[in-house]
Amino acid sequence: MSEPLLIIGNGMAAAKLCEELAQRALGRHAVAVIGAEPHLAYNRVLLSEVLAGHMTAADAQMKPASWWRDRGVTLQYGTPAAAIDRASRAVVLADGRRLPYARLVLATGSHPIRLPLPGMDLDGVHTFRDLKDVAALLAAAAVPGTRAVVIGGGLLGLEASVGLAGAGVKTSLVHLMDRLMERQLDPAAAGFLRRAVEAKGVEVLLQAASDAIEGDGDGRVTGLRLKDGGVVAADLVVVACGVTPNADLARAAGLEVKRGILVDDTLSTSDPAIYAIGECAEHRGIAYGLVAPAYEQARVLARRLAGEEARYEGSVVATNLKVSGVPVFSAGDVTGGEGTEDIVLTDQGLGVYRRLIVKDGLLAGAVLFGDTADGLFYLDLITKRTPITAMRADLAFGRDAIAAAA
Amino acid sequence: MNAPLASPPSVKTTCPYCGVGCGVKATPDGRGGALVEGDAAHPANLGRLCSKGAALGETVGLDTRLLFPMVRGADGALARASWDAALDRIADSLKGVRDTHGPEAIAFYLSGQLLTEDYYVANKLAKGFLGTAHVDTNSRLCMSSSVAGHKRGFGSDTVPGSYEDLEAADLIVLVGSNTAWCHPVLFRRMEAARKARGTKFVVIDPRRTETAAEADLHLPLAQGTDALLFSGLLAHLAQSPAFDATYVRDHTTGFDDALAHARAVAPDAAATARACGLAVEDVARFFALFAQTAKTVTCYSQGVNQSVAGTDKVNSILNCHFATGRMGREGMGPFSLTGQPNAMGGREVGGLANQLAAHMGFSPEEVDLVRRFWDAPGIATREGHKAVDLFAAIGRGEIRALWVMGTNPAVSLPEADGVRDALKRLDLFVLSENVALNDTASCHPHVMLPAAAWGEKDGTVTNSERRISRQRPFLAPPGAVKPNWWALAQVAARLGFGAAFAWRGPADIFREHAALSGFENAGTRDFDISAFADLSDAAYQDFAPVQWPAPRGRPEGTQRLFAAGGYFTADRRARFVAPAPVEAARTSDAFPFLLNTGRVRDQWHTMTRTGLSPRLGAHIPAPFVAVHPDDAAPLGLADGALARVSSAHGAAVLEVRIDAGQRRGTLFAPIHWSAATSSHGRVGPLVHGVTDPHSGQPDSKATPATLAPYAAPFEGFVLSRRRLEMPQGLWWARAALEGGFGWRMAGHLGPDDWARWVKAEGPAPSAQLDLAELVDAPSGLYRAAAFDGDGRLDFAVFVGTAGRRVAWDALKGLLSEGKVSTADRRTLLAGRRAGAAAACGPLVCACFGVPRDAIVGAIRAGAHDAAMVGDKLKAGTNCGSCLPEIRRLLTETTVPA
Repeated sequence: MSEPLLIIGNGMAAAKLCEELAQRALGRHAVAVIGAEPHLAYNRVLLSEVLAGHMTAADAQMKPASWWRDRGVTLQYGTPAAAIDRASRAVVLADGRRLPYARLVLATGSHPIRLPLPGMDLDGVHTFRDLKDVAALLAAAAVPGTRAVVIGGGLLGLEASVGLAGAGVKTSLVHLMDRLMERQLDPAAAGFLRRAVEAKGVEVLLQAASDAIEGDGDGRVTGLRLKDGGVVAADLVVVACGVTPNADLARAAGLEVKRGILVDDTLSTSDPAIYAIGECAEHRGIAYGLVAPAYEQARVLARRLAGEEARYEGSVVATNLKVSGVPVFSAGDVTGGEGTEDIVLTDQGLGVYRRLIVKDGLLAGAVLFGDTADGLFYLDLITKRTPITAMRADLAFGRDAIAAAA
Repeated sequence: MNAPLASPPSVKTTCPYCGVGCGVKATPDGRGGALVEGDAAHPANLGRLCSKGAALGETVGLDTRLLFPMVRGADGALARASWDAALDRIADSLKGVRDTHGPEAIAFYLSGQLLTEDYYVANKLAKGFLGTAHVDTNSRLCMSSSVAGHKRGFGSDTVPGSYEDLEAADLIVLVGSNTAWCHPVLFRRMEAARKARGTKFVVIDPRRTETAAEADLHLPLAQGTDALLFSGLLAHLAQSPAFDATYVRDHTTGFDDALAHARAVAPDAAATARACGLAVEDVARFFALFAQTAKTVTCYSQGVNQSVAGTDKVNSILNCHFATGRMGREGMGPFSLTGQPNAMGGREVGGLANQLAAHMGFSPEEVDLVRRFWDAPGIATREGHKAVDLFAAIGRGEIRALWVMGTNPAVSLPEADGVRDALKRLDLFVLSENVALNDTASCHPHVMLPAAAWGEKDGTVTNSERRISRQRPFLAPPGAVKPNWWALAQVAARLGFGAAFAWRGPADIFREHAALSGFENAGTRDFDISAFADLSDAAYQDFAPVQWPAPRGRPEGTQRLFAAGGYFTADRRARFVAPAPVEAARTSDAFPFLLNTGRVRDQWHTMTRTGLSPRLGAHIPAPFVAVHPDDAAPLGLADGALARVSSAHGAAVLEVRIDAGQRRGTLFAPIHWSAATSSHGRVGPLVHGVTDPHSGQPDSKATPATLAPYAAPFEGFVLSRRRLEMPQGLWWARAALEGGFGWRMAGHLGPDDWARWVKAEGPAPSAQLDLAELVDAPSGLYRAAAFDGDGRLDFAVFVGTAGRRVAWDALKGLLSEGKVSTADRRTLLAGRRAGAAAACGPLVCACFGVPRDAIVGAIRAGAHDAAMVGDKLKAGTNCGSCLPEIRRLLTETTVPA
């Protein structure tokens, strides 16, 4: 008799978990997935492509309905979960239905951060997180002459900006810091990125603190006022300042939560019957906001659910971003500092930048811009702690060059 | 650009490099260059050319040429001037010096590269009309010991044999001659003989050269002991069946004394081996081979000549040929292989300070004869200073005016730093040159005259077998370029000697030269070409190569001399000469090594021409010093590291080549690099000014020297489409590349310095550079590549820590290509081009541009002899000068089983 395994969240982590489970322990669990959004799971990374009109929402779908059906997964999407009844091991849906579980996986993802600015409620202010947001932005973009301001020069904001610009909207990107993607990129790479984003038609305003969103008498947004007093006129404001783990259900259910839902190396929450993976989880103090750790967690959890002794010991963070044809990759420790050495390859004309951070004869971090084909190769060197001294002179040229030199 | 003449498309001329004197067919390409091929009808080469000759077409461009007369003005700067102004300045200054200091304050320093006609006019002006015998030439550095030896032995400066003798010989002894590299076409003829008749090669050379590697027997004798070896041979021959008592009795004198001397210093093989530092069995084998083989030719070059005992070495060789009667017969004889294209022609007109003209000296009878012929009452009546003494006299202020033609003494003379200083002291320094800038041109000439270069010159040269050939022009002289003879005659006219210098062209001069050679000769002087004294202009134009003597009535010339005696001594007998005792090599604690200098395969002299050819620069791109591994190890010198080589006179910094073929305690460094092509590569300044007492030839093969590591923490290279100024304090050597230049460099400049140089001081400081850079400062690594507006590689800099060299081979091709592909650009700073690892390594075959890696690849793929390598890659199938290297690669390369 297979025991009921319930997954709350119908995003990328959940889809990956189902895929891994199907390969390892088909039939061991009766799997049901509960999703709030009225769609099959889709690849959130591709939202900017949908926004830019390079693909449709359907193209972003991760698996067709038949795939889920063939694997016996019950899909319950469009109805959010309202509560977890840990005592009776059941999940209560918003429509009142109760679904019992033997094991529960929380894959609830994250919320977009909302800024504490006046005017956030004006008509024309959006976040950029899901297909609903994308649909709203596309509708606004369809109006000729639309001007947009995107707040946030991180991954999300860049994707939104480039997507909007690609959809024909005159777009300004407003960022608080002195460079784009400051957590992943050093100043040089961020400079390359800025030029590339500008080349795609986005106006980039750095060190620009937002003061208030301004609107007209009808409650429609008219622009963004900055702390320096300047105003960027806009019919559309997109707030893309990052995400925060969605731990609402877990908190309400009395699970241990800090920023995210606390999990140990087995990905168990404080309730051994309940697991958490993906952006909602906080492991060893880190709540990853990226896809790759979520997939790794899904893989580990699937193995555990299949009875194997797998453990998750954290991820080396790599950002492999493809902002509509602007490849950026960042992995490992890119902050530099004491005891680190930099290898920097720059080609202005090709728009290629590579910074490799070496510490104690090992690769500690890598920042790539323009050509990220070797990103995973570097990530592998970082995670496997491969000594690089012998290949150092060729390291910046990537796997093929090192092979050719050997 | 050099405009081609409208004359016939293909012109037969003669190669301007070594003394082999190969015939060349040149076809102007209409774009300033020329297609060059061997002249199959020329008896010297029968169509073959060596790597240098084959690359001649790459060296006729105008980029480095001096095109207009330059005169130093009151402001101290050289400025373009008219010919009239330049010639007036020379004539006025010469008059002034002569009137104030006398005629002997005037000197000429000429060159074995000059045509006979130019040489003749310079000699006539100086000795005949200015009245100074201080006329010497760079041939002094080349073969003057052979001249002196020949004169002592034969009574004349005669080469008795013919190249055909090399093909008829059963034994060829090569003494102090790296023939395979320095006379490649002759070596090919010798190899053909070996193939056809089994000719044996014996090489006598302290170094295991590429030639020695090909020998049946190599005698790596101690530096300077050649005369002892041949004394031992003479003692051996005297008691062997090879001894020709009749010839000795009928045609020679002095045998008994010479034999007595030989028996005293080297009575047998064992004693000879001891004296020469050789294995006794090797010496015995050589003696036996020589004694047994009637058809023996003994060739000798700079290893014999450039010695404090050079003349004695020559005579010790001649002694053995007299004793066996092997003189001037087919396949037999001593054979001086001269280094320069017209060393012989220079000797024929009297271009040396101890010759007057036409193989005549300064005896009162000879002076009188020439005085009458030239109608020159003011003729010089005694010998002048030989080269080393001549520059010493300039240094002392005794000589105040000097006219240098076609040579680069600031590089090539011994103690060259002193030469550089001396040149700057002159009241008048005239330089007739092809190139606008070289080391000598940097020594403050007052007047520079643009001389015709190869391809524009019109006249004759004489090769090592006495063969006179025409150099014919196939390009119009560019700019205001004029032949040297014309400039000399113009000055002569300004000095009031116009009537004696009123030639219309080179044919007039040649006829006068021919007439002088026959004037009151009647068989008393070896050099007689009076058969051509009445040659028509048309016949001069069509002049076919001929070996002198060609006295009146014998225009077909003479193939061999002395088979039946008839020497040019007073008694018509040859002279045995007992060599003086050989001093031991003079090393000391301070200078424990003996420095030997010489040539490499693909360069010529100071590289003003061969240095323009990308192909020729690829064989050996930087100046080096060869060191025996046991000498290098205690000094911590690794192959490719830099070493400072110094003598009591100067220093150079050279790349170390560990070479087990180097005799222990000796060093070898090439002579080619100058201040124009390297920062520290001139070896001329190291060479001591010690000279042979008879010939005055410098002892360039054995300067006491020392060796030490040279600290250069960083090394790398620069490639550029343009000639760049390297940063101060750097060690560098420049090579020509297709489409630009490459600099090997080393020094204290690290990544930060180079990054700054590239951006601030470098090639295009103000321009916006499209730059690619790799910086790994903690590893000492910096690489940059800059691209021009069309995406072409403009320049590249690679620097890293010493000992971690990256070759430029993969990148250099980009200098002559268009836009760099994205794929190449991504790997360029890795020192690689996209796709397959480009075949690289140093060039082995210069004729077909085949690098080492390609040959190794072919060997690994199954080519198991040189012929198969040639079939596959063409390498070694033209001039063959790389065949020794290919054979070495065949033995060194491990073939997968």
